[in-house]
Amino acid sequence: MLTAPLVMLLRPRRLAWAATTAASLCAFAIALSLTAAVLAGGRPHYEMGSWAAPYGIELVVDPFNALILLLVTGASSVALLAGARSIDSQIEDERQPLFYAAWLLALSGLAGIAVTGDAFNVFVFMEISSLASYVLVAGGPDRRALPAVFKYLVMGTIGATFYLIGIGLIYMMTGTLNLADMAERVGQVSDLRPVLVAAGFVTTGLALKAAVFPLHLWLPNAYTYAPHMVTAFLAACATKVSLYVLIRFDFMVFQPNLAEHGLQFALFLMPLALLALLVSSGVALFERNLKRLLAWSSVAQIGYMTLGVSLLTATGVTAGILHMFNHALAKGALFLAVAALAAGCGGVRLEQIRGAGRRMPWTMGAFVLAGLSLVGVPGTAGFVSKWYLLSAAIATEGHGAALAAVIVVTSLMALAYIWRVIEAAYFEEPAATGTTESKTGEAPVMLVAAAWLAALANIFFGLSPDVPLALAGQGADILLGYSP
Amino acid sequence: MFMTEIFSAFLLTLLVVTALAAVKTRNLFVSVMLTGIYSLLIAINFFLLDAADVALTEAAVGAGVATVFFLGALALTAEKERTPSAYRPVAIGIFIAVTLVLGYATLGMPSYGDPDAPVHVHVAPFYLEKTPEFIDIPNIVTAVLGSYRGYDTLGEVFVVFTAGIGVMFILGVRPSRKPGGTAMIASGENGLRHYLIPRVVGRLFIPFILLFGLYVQFHGEYSPGGGFQAGAIIASSIILYALLEGEERALRLIPRRVLNGLTAGGALLYGAVGVAGMLAGGNFLDYSVLASDPVKGQQMGLLIIEAGVGITVTGVLLTIFHAFAARERFG
Amino acid sequence: MMEFLGLYHYLVFPLLLMSGIYAVIAKRNLFKKLIGLALMQSAVFLLYITMAKVEGGTGPILKPGDEDVLYSNPLPEVLILTAIVVGISTAALGLGIIVRIKEEFGSVEEDVVRELGGR
Repeated sequence: MLTAPLVMLLRPRRLAWAATTAASLCAFAIALSLTAAVLAGGRPHYEMGSWAAPYGIELVVDPFNALILLLVTGASSVALLAGARSIDSQIEDERQPLFYAAWLLALSGLAGIAVTGDAFNVFVFMEISSLASYVLVAGGPDRRALPAVFKYLVMGTIGATFYLIGIGLIYMMTGTLNLADMAERVGQVSDLRPVLVAAGFVTTGLALKAAVFPLHLWLPNAYTYAPHMVTAFLAACATKVSLYVLIRFDFMVFQPNLAEHGLQFALFLMPLALLALLVSSGVALFERNLKRLLAWSSVAQIGYMTLGVSLLTATGVTAGILHMFNHALAKGALFLAVAALAAGCGGVRLEQIRGAGRRMPWTMGAFVLAGLSLVGVPGTAGFVSKWYLLSAAIATEGHGAALAAVIVVTSLMALAYIWRVIEAAYFEEPAATGTTESKTGEAPVMLVAAAWLAALANIFFGLSPDVPLALAGQGADILLGYSP
Repeated sequence: MFMTEIFSAFLLTLLVVTALAAVKTRNLFVSVMLTGIYSLLIAINFFLLDAADVALTEAAVGAGVATVFFLGALALTAEKERTPSAYRPVAIGIFIAVTLVLGYATLGMPSYGDPDAPVHVHVAPFYLEKTPEFIDIPNIVTAVLGSYRGYDTLGEVFVVFTAGIGVMFILGVRPSRKPGGTAMIASGENGLRHYLIPRVVGRLFIPFILLFGLYVQFHGEYSPGGGFQAGAIIASSIILYALLEGEERALRLIPRRVLNGLTAGGALLYGAVGVAGMLAGGNFLDYSVLASDPVKGQQMGLLIIEAGVGITVTGVLLTIFHAFAARERFG
Repeated sequence: MMEFLGLYHYLVFPLLLMSGIYAVIAKRNLFKKLIGLALMQSAVFLLYITMAKVEGGTGPILKPGDEDVLYSNPLPEVLILTAIVVGISTAALGLGIIVRIKEEFGSVEEDVVRELGGR
């Protein structure tokens, strides 16, 4: 975070990129070491200014947020390493230092949310990352990004404001802002009505930021018109962080203390998750713009995550958390591949990428692999989370079968929309030459390499998912452990 | 006192009326000015509720700077609201739903002003009682802001910084200057030069405003004030200068490079203090290790970070102002 | 008297909040939406500060000598100071975007922009 002001002052664009990437990699290294500590059973925590909580702000790391932290720093690092050329092609030189500064700010904002244990601190860092993301999304050459980002700003700010109302109400009833402290004290509150209302506001606010259906309206356009690397970075992690806060809040503070809140939570979120899945996958089927197709797919995937969590069982919650990780891998890879396609084919519409399979075999290869993971083909990471999800769904009494059916159907839909892309790339002839300069050959090496790295990661974690699974599982246990 | 309560109630009512008017009116200029008035009214209300620091900030930032920015943007786009509202049923539906929900919540809320309410019993007494021991400054708000919750404030400085670079980034794309065209606001050399009274009075005011800003900055530990308010006030004085004498003169006074330096420098300063604390053996942002006497260390730390805040805020607000002012009117 | 005033404070909050939200959702003009956001946020500030007040208390600035003075709560003030700053940062960015939208699309009315391809 501290590097950001420095970067801004650095004029030469190469230097700005280098500094940003270095900082991002450092952050990733730190995330790795924290994860290792957590897996060994530790629970690192750190008091800011040496003031003990709840008087001061403390940082806490446990398996759940270690996973998120890994995601965020990893996504940022990969996108940065891969994307220098892509960014060059979309953003003017003079503005690049500012762009990178904003990137760093977004990274630090998201990371800050992941590790803090104080509710208001979440708000502050949430706004840092949000404001920075507005800047990043608006940075590209496509002017349609501007209304998209305005809508994103408005909805995001409403979300933040609702969240603020929610924690204000909780503070009013408990006198504390520290999450752990809150969890304890909410139980002692005399009259729970404001807390219930608070739960509503916090949930709605965070749901807006996490693009939970039907509050997802800002996402498709924002992701489509943003610069390609920005989409890769944000799609991999931004919404997941808000979802993380939502889940953490709900399981830690609300469920143990509000009678039957668990049920309300499930009843409320589950139908929304299902709707998200069905509607978004449906829309994605008809999209002709690759980025928008993938963006709608993201909304659907968030539906999977919410579905998993709303099942309230160990398997279900593990599935939800695991899917956060897997989706980041898959979508990140997909968007990286799309960025490469954009460089190689001059655009991201289906018509423009025809024949890309032959001209850019490596890029499309990565796309296919990642796509398979998205669908959940055995051997890929996506399969693991889908499997857990299915198991959890089937185990649910009553409508378990229906849930499972939806999961399967939407996975097939995912297969369908991925297939459309594959079809265009491999089985169709390129458009008649003469319109655009015929771009030959592959996209910049770093970009393709990164896409492959991410795609292969999908396979790797598909075949040996121990680490993410452990983190997710432990995380789920902790979350469920809050309830009496 | 009875009188203050009646006044309070009156103010609140006025607040609602102003808000509704700001929403309803078609004329955007009127809407913005009403919002400014709304901010001022809220600031007064804050003061009545014993929140002097917040009142100062809301007045300086909300009523002052925000209004300037809005007007600047408005001047660049010059709009009246054209189309009537849509989605009315949805909006009204949400209106009723949320009001009912909040009303429901009100039933369980602690009574207004009750000293035994949870908020007053749990964390707050620690701040009130322990500050003399650990930090020894009278203004508890500054103590909490700068030290106990200094990490939040660091974040806040970076939010401001983000806005600054954001506006620089977004408005960094300049439309080509047509020859003979002039910038809309504080046009070129001239500003309001032709208007004698504002010039004379304004020029008289500027040094006082500056002085007040500096006072607020450094006296923040003893009385309401601190970096944010000071930054806003100082920036306002320069903006006033720019409006009166012309934006270019203001740029000559404080060139872009200096502005950029201010914007980044303040934030870096804050961070540096935090790191210094770590190097000296404490946690990040622990000031007590900065000097041999922990209390002195705390005070020093607070002073420096507040300065950092003030510097960045001034830099950013001025940068944003210049970004709007330098742009030409389009269409 | 305090009771009534307290209730009134709590009541005003949803009204202000809602006028803000109404503006954001129902109004087509982008400026109005930003103004709505500002109204919403100020309403929240009022909520926080209202809960900070202690009856008979005074501002949380310690005066030397007095041992038994009752102080109002400093914590919400701190939070709201931060929130105000966040609010104006957001507004500034929003205004910058509006200016650019006007330049690129020629209008700041939402549906006009939508038709011109903004979607």
